Amino acid sequence: MAKKQKRGLHEWYANDPIEADQQLWGRESHASTRRGFLKTSAKIAMGLVLGAPMVYAEHFPAGMIPAALAHDDRPFALPGKHPDLIVLNDRPINAETPPHLLDDALTPADVFFVRNNGIPPELTQIDLQQWTLSIGGESVRQPKTYSLAELKSKFTTHTYQLTLECGGNGRKEFNPPAKGNQWSVGAVGCAAWTGVRLRDVLQDAGIKADAQYIGYYGRDTHLSGDPNKVPISRGVPMTKALEDESLIAWAMNGKDLPWLNGYPLRLVFGGWPASCSGKWLTRIDVRNRVHDGQKMGGQSYRVPCKPVAPGAKVPDEEMCIIESMPVKSLITYPRSGATIRSGQQLPIRGHAWGGDLAVQAVEYSIDFGASWQPCELSAPANRLAWQHFKARIAFPQPGYYEVWARATDSEGRMQPMLLPGWNPKGYLNNACHRIAVKVG
Amino acid sequence: MAKPNLLNSFLVLTQLVIVAGTILLIYHAFGESWKKSIAPVPMATSSGPVEEDPERVENGIHMETGLVYAEGFDLVRANCLACHSSKLILQNRASRAGWQQMIDWMQATQGLWDLGDKEPKIVDYLAEYYAPKEIGRRANLDLNAVEWYILDLEN
Repeated sequence: MAKKQKRGLHEWYANDPIEADQQLWGRESHASTRRGFLKTSAKIAMGLVLGAPMVYAEHFPAGMIPAALAHDDRPFALPGKHPDLIVLNDRPINAETPPHLLDDALTPADVFFVRNNGIPPELTQIDLQQWTLSIGGESVRQPKTYSLAELKSKFTTHTYQLTLECGGNGRKEFNPPAKGNQWSVGAVGCAAWTGVRLRDVLQDAGIKADAQYIGYYGRDTHLSGDPNKVPISRGVPMTKALEDESLIAWAMNGKDLPWLNGYPLRLVFGGWPASCSGKWLTRIDVRNRVHDGQKMGGQSYRVPCKPVAPGAKVPDEEMCIIESMPVKSLITYPRSGATIRSGQQLPIRGHAWGGDLAVQAVEYSIDFGASWQPCELSAPANRLAWQHFKARIAFPQPGYYEVWARATDSEGRMQPMLLPGWNPKGYLNNACHRIAVKVG
Repeated sequence: MAKPNLLNSFLVLTQLVIVAGTILLIYHAFGESWKKSIAPVPMATSSGPVEEDPERVENGIHMETGLVYAEGFDLVRANCLACHSSKLILQNRASRAGWQQMIDWMQATQGLWDLGDKEPKIVDYLAEYYAPKEIGRRANLDLNAVEWYILDLEN
């Protein structure tokens, strides 16, 4: 994505300093005095970005850029997030990770992408002692409510590496264009999630024989500010809900969940559209039908049940819910734009994932798919974890090259080099990733 | 004994620097916000630094929102940006029918109000300035966006 599309801190503040305060820090300003009232959450958020707690924060005037950041022309960092994340939307917050920042085996919390449908609960409103998770719905035997402490003590704790990818990752490339956040390639990450099995909790409450689906509810609020509106309430069929790796998680990479990724509690269903994995989790309903919460119906997170021509209008009743994500890979090293000397070999590496399936092979091509060479591929740390690939590339002569990577899942399906099936909302683009390289 | 004293001195010094810095910051910021609060609502002016004017229009683009400054802009700003960022418009491209569908969807599900006779004007604006571009089944890498760099390798 072009740099000019990123939004710098200065631009943000120049536009509307009071609004920038509210959006970025949760700071509310008194209209007549322009004195910012810094809530605890805003102080924490500012401190995270400044790298130190802010002294005399209550005197800090509204709409002002902290001096430590004022000379920084880099795009602005979301609270707790790396400054180089690409912010696609600030209301609600949506930000993706440039591929070269996804090079770690496990995605660090500060670069993990953010896809919010509503407004996260303020940090000051999150009281760990008071936070509860309720299990209800028409197909639960005994509705129950657990505190965080009860969840942690009553059930066995598990940690799994699980890949989460936004269903709309890659939407930017569809033609005709699809509406929504124009994700490029970086709405994906794989972290080590720690929590309890959803299955253990559901079985503690008791699952009736007619149970079909679970649906979640969280504490995020609707963009309109209407407290009666739910921003998003999705879920998964019971078969997915009851898998070993389906977690109610409170930690990412051994630490509390990042605020923007669902602190203090969320669901994690590896390999399925990340919207299934509800954040700021407070309630799970066991349903005797397909869950009918916000963004389960209509065209949301659905693709045509049968293939359609690009640009086709598809009625709602012919749209089917996305389940497992398709096989995909990403080159995370080197960053696109590398120039090397003639005769040098280029090391490349990255990750590959296959939804519910494992990846059996990753290959690369430097001649636009005319020939493919194998990459070395690691086994997944556990089911639904992404796998790592690497290779060394020798180039035949100086010039401009593109390195393309292509993964194959355990059932033999490969990533396409062109865009896969067009669909109205632009989901499931798993076309090959490629980087530009110059030799000599 | 020497070490704790040294540490204490260091801490005191650090605090002094922070306090002094904060005072400077506050002074600076009050100056800025005072200037802003007394400034008239700026429309294209010939005096004063241009960067201060969030409402300025450059090359036909309204700089605060990034949207094309043309007939229909005010309606879009008032009705669309009340709820979501202009980024959502800027990054999307659609035909007239496509934009109409988005508005219908927002009205059906997202609480967008009845736009009355303003609706066709808003759709006209969006269809005119944010129409799809033909890019085929897969676009070239955007080489304008590639930042070339020398990769230092061992071999």
